[in-house]
Amino acid sequence: MQTICEFDRLIPGRGVAALLGDGTQVAVFRLFDDSLFAVANRDPFMHANVISRGLVGDRGGEPVVVSPLLKQAFSLKTGVCLDDESVALEVFAVEVLGGEVRVGVRAEAEASA
Amino acid sequence: MSKLVVIGDGMVGRRFLEAVTQRDPSWDVTVLAEEPRPAYDRVRLSAFFDGVSAEELSLASDLPGVDVRLGEPAVAVDREARTVRSSAGDYAYDKLVFATGSYAFVPPMEGADLEGVFVYRTVEDLESIKAHASGRRHGVVIGGGLLGLEAANALKLLGLETQIVEFAPWLMARQLDEAGGGILKQHIEKLGIGVDCSTGGTRISAVDGRLLMDTNREGVSYETDLIVFAAGVRPRDQLARECGIAVGERGGITTDLACQTSDPDVYAIGEVAAMEGVCYGLVAPGYAMAEVVADRLAGGEATFPGADMSTKLKLLGVDVAQFGAFDGPLATTYLDPVHGSYAKLVLSDDATTLLGGMLVGDAEAYPLLRASVGGKVPAKLADLLGGGEVEGTLPDAAQVCSCNAVTKGDIMGAIHDEGCVDVPSLKACTKAGTSCGSCVPMLKQLLAEGGVEVSKSVCEHFTQSRAELFDIVKVTGITTFSELIARHGTGSGCDLCKPAVASILASLSNGHILEGEQAALQDTNDHFLANMQRNGTYSVVPRIPGGEITPDKLIVIGQVAKEFDLYTKITGGQRIDMFGARVEDLPKIWRKLVDAGFESGHAYGKALRTVKSCVGTDWCRYGVQDSVKMAIDLELRYRGLRSPHKLKSAVSGCARECAEARGKDFGVIATEHGWNLYVGGNGGFTPRHADLLMSDVDSETLVRTIDRFLMFYISTADRLQRTSKWVEALEGGIDYLREVIVDDKLGICGELDALMAKHVENYADEWKGVIDDPEKLQRFVSFVNAPEAPDPSIEFETVRGQKFPAGTTARSHTQPVLLGTPERK
Repeated sequence: MQTICEFDRLIPGRGVAALLGDGTQVAVFRLFDDSLFAVANRDPFMHANVISRGLVGDRGGEPVVVSPLLKQAFSLKTGVCLDDESVALEVFAVEVLGGEVRVGVRAEAEASA
Repeated sequence: MSKLVVIGDGMVGRRFLEAVTQRDPSWDVTVLAEEPRPAYDRVRLSAFFDGVSAEELSLASDLPGVDVRLGEPAVAVDREARTVRSSAGDYAYDKLVFATGSYAFVPPMEGADLEGVFVYRTVEDLESIKAHASGRRHGVVIGGGLLGLEAANALKLLGLETQIVEFAPWLMARQLDEAGGGILKQHIEKLGIGVDCSTGGTRISAVDGRLLMDTNREGVSYETDLIVFAAGVRPRDQLARECGIAVGERGGITTDLACQTSDPDVYAIGEVAAMEGVCYGLVAPGYAMAEVVADRLAGGEATFPGADMSTKLKLLGVDVAQFGAFDGPLATTYLDPVHGSYAKLVLSDDATTLLGGMLVGDAEAYPLLRASVGGKVPAKLADLLGGGEVEGTLPDAAQVCSCNAVTKGDIMGAIHDEGCVDVPSLKACTKAGTSCGSCVPMLKQLLAEGGVEVSKSVCEHFTQSRAELFDIVKVTGITTFSELIARHGTGSGCDLCKPAVASILASLSNGHILEGEQAALQDTNDHFLANMQRNGTYSVVPRIPGGEITPDKLIVIGQVAKEFDLYTKITGGQRIDMFGARVEDLPKIWRKLVDAGFESGHAYGKALRTVKSCVGTDWCRYGVQDSVKMAIDLELRYRGLRSPHKLKSAVSGCARECAEARGKDFGVIATEHGWNLYVGGNGGFTPRHADLLMSDVDSETLVRTIDRFLMFYISTADRLQRTSKWVEALEGGIDYLREVIVDDKLGICGELDALMAKHVENYADEWKGVIDDPEKLQRFVSFVNAPEAPDPSIEFETVRGQKFPAGTTARSHTQPVLLGTPERK
């Protein structure tokens, strides 16, 4: 897990991009209920690192982020694209420790790797 | 190539040309036209006096393979040699079509050729009437039928005291019975127009610069300044007579149901045709004939489907409609002298079938009734007769749109099979409602009948439409999205409702769009106050009001673009776009731009974009008003105004319209006397010319009206509904819009003015608001944990001396552009 910023730096309802040590780009979102989600920042359709700048909300209760380029919605929980289920964003682990936000590769992904 | 010659370029002739070129473009077509201007909408002719210009009435369109020779009347036809002689030369034909229309009938009367006596038929007639009426006060219209009432309306619009003289015992005797004509007369007299029926002029004489008309009634004569004959028309069959083509007893070129004349290579369509002996003086049957001949020329076997002589008009503000049979075995009538309405329905003798009828004063039941002619009575008689809108059911065969021969079955098919869900899509798919528009209310009913729920909900989180949310925010004073969704919606919102609410909050002047919770609502472009491009970089567009810019400012743009290595391009809106800016560079770029006096151009927002201008009186030899100054003033007034969709505008300094104002949401065109205001135009996916809202107004009236137009639009439009669709969807269209924002029919103009005043007062540059605020600046970073590290995945390549996103040249689906020009390095 890697510390990226203070929790208070995150604006409710928006995301930020973070650069991990291995060059991976992660999009981290804080929702209005202060829950946190982290997914890959790279838009799988247009191949640009912009997911962190998408709008968040819900579709039928599922929290989603919408790509700012062509507006596909991705589940923040599973990363799956709700408009094309063959495509998904990688999901990252995210936690708050001592007021700081930490992001890392998900435990189960590590285990299966 | 086979040669087709058409004599006459009127409404029916034009429809024929469109139909022919669509079905069989191989014809080499020549049109010989007597009038100096191309075909125009004669049905709306009197709108000419209501500020609509001759150009706006024009039906002209460029058709491939058609040579329209204006001001070159045909003078003779040689059927043996198969040629038509015009005033300028001879034209060979394989097929010949007469579309010569009618001429105004002037009864033989002494003095009918005096100065000040006119007919009512062409734009030229109207221009002469207008010129003569200037400075005079009284006019007489001879004829109380459709045309006569139109003419009376025209004289009234010219400010003349107007008298109608009709020979028949009541008005509109061909469409109405005595009771209906009586109610109509009541309405018209209320408007201050005199009506004398059972009266005929016998002699006109000139007395002291005025005219005196004697009548068949003892002691009744009229002293007046001008007289307009509007007593009917006669077919222009002279040319056909002279070349030996058979004509009817009462005039008109005799044709069969295929519009073929006594010469199989010659057709006649429109008012000049006496089809099986009958001349039709309405445009709908003429259009049908045009389609028949176009089909025949393409090898088809179409025949005339029968004329629907139904009419619905608003004459001098009074609704009058007649449909199907005028009288019959069983008639039931309803007269309401209190509200001034009259209805008559004609039924079969067993009272099962509707045969026809008429409505005066209240014609809301017309679309349903007309479509039901020949079928079952569509609703309870009391409802049908009593006035107001009536719901009923129609058989599939019922013709809903008579102008374009569209049946209810066609409409339902379009709803169920083509997926049409609203009136605009039905219009596009079936053509219904695209001519006279009287069936549009019927289309709405059919959409409902077809199970289309026209849902205006913004999204799954709000059942309200955007307009309803706007009202809620305005009335409750709610200033945050979370309060709005908690009280009036469900869930947490989405990419549809959040930006829509953000826009509403901004329209109602709730501070900086990135302040507090509002920041979380903005679409990505608004959030970074720049336009995201395909590789995640942004484009930057400073405002250049009216397209006017000093050399110093141009240099600043050049310097900034050079320093930050930006691709530059001139936009369609007369400004300069800089592409390829990294998110972390945006504040630095804007610091320089703001210091040089630039402001945000809102290219990223659903907001006013630009007000284009031509150079106007300052430089142009033709300009009649200062278009640049007006464009700058308008752009500065409305900059930053958030709206349901982007707004574009332009100001042209003369009628040549170099600024392309009619392609804009609101366009201004200078006239000798002031400004003409056009609204509801756009380019884009479905281009549409803006409609004339006001003409010859002064600058103050112009700006006040635009204020109201914009605020009325912002208050009532749907999400992402552009002004063109909004105006189209207004019940009553542009006329209704005028009633609301010019005549203040709803009494809301004061409120609209106040909303705009608040916007103007609260405007502040959004970019200045960011670069002066460290908290907001914090958001413009590439990575939250490495704010200055550029995104390593963004790469560029150089093409034509500038940078482009990497992969630009390799993009496989784009077409190569090969014009033989040398590659620029």
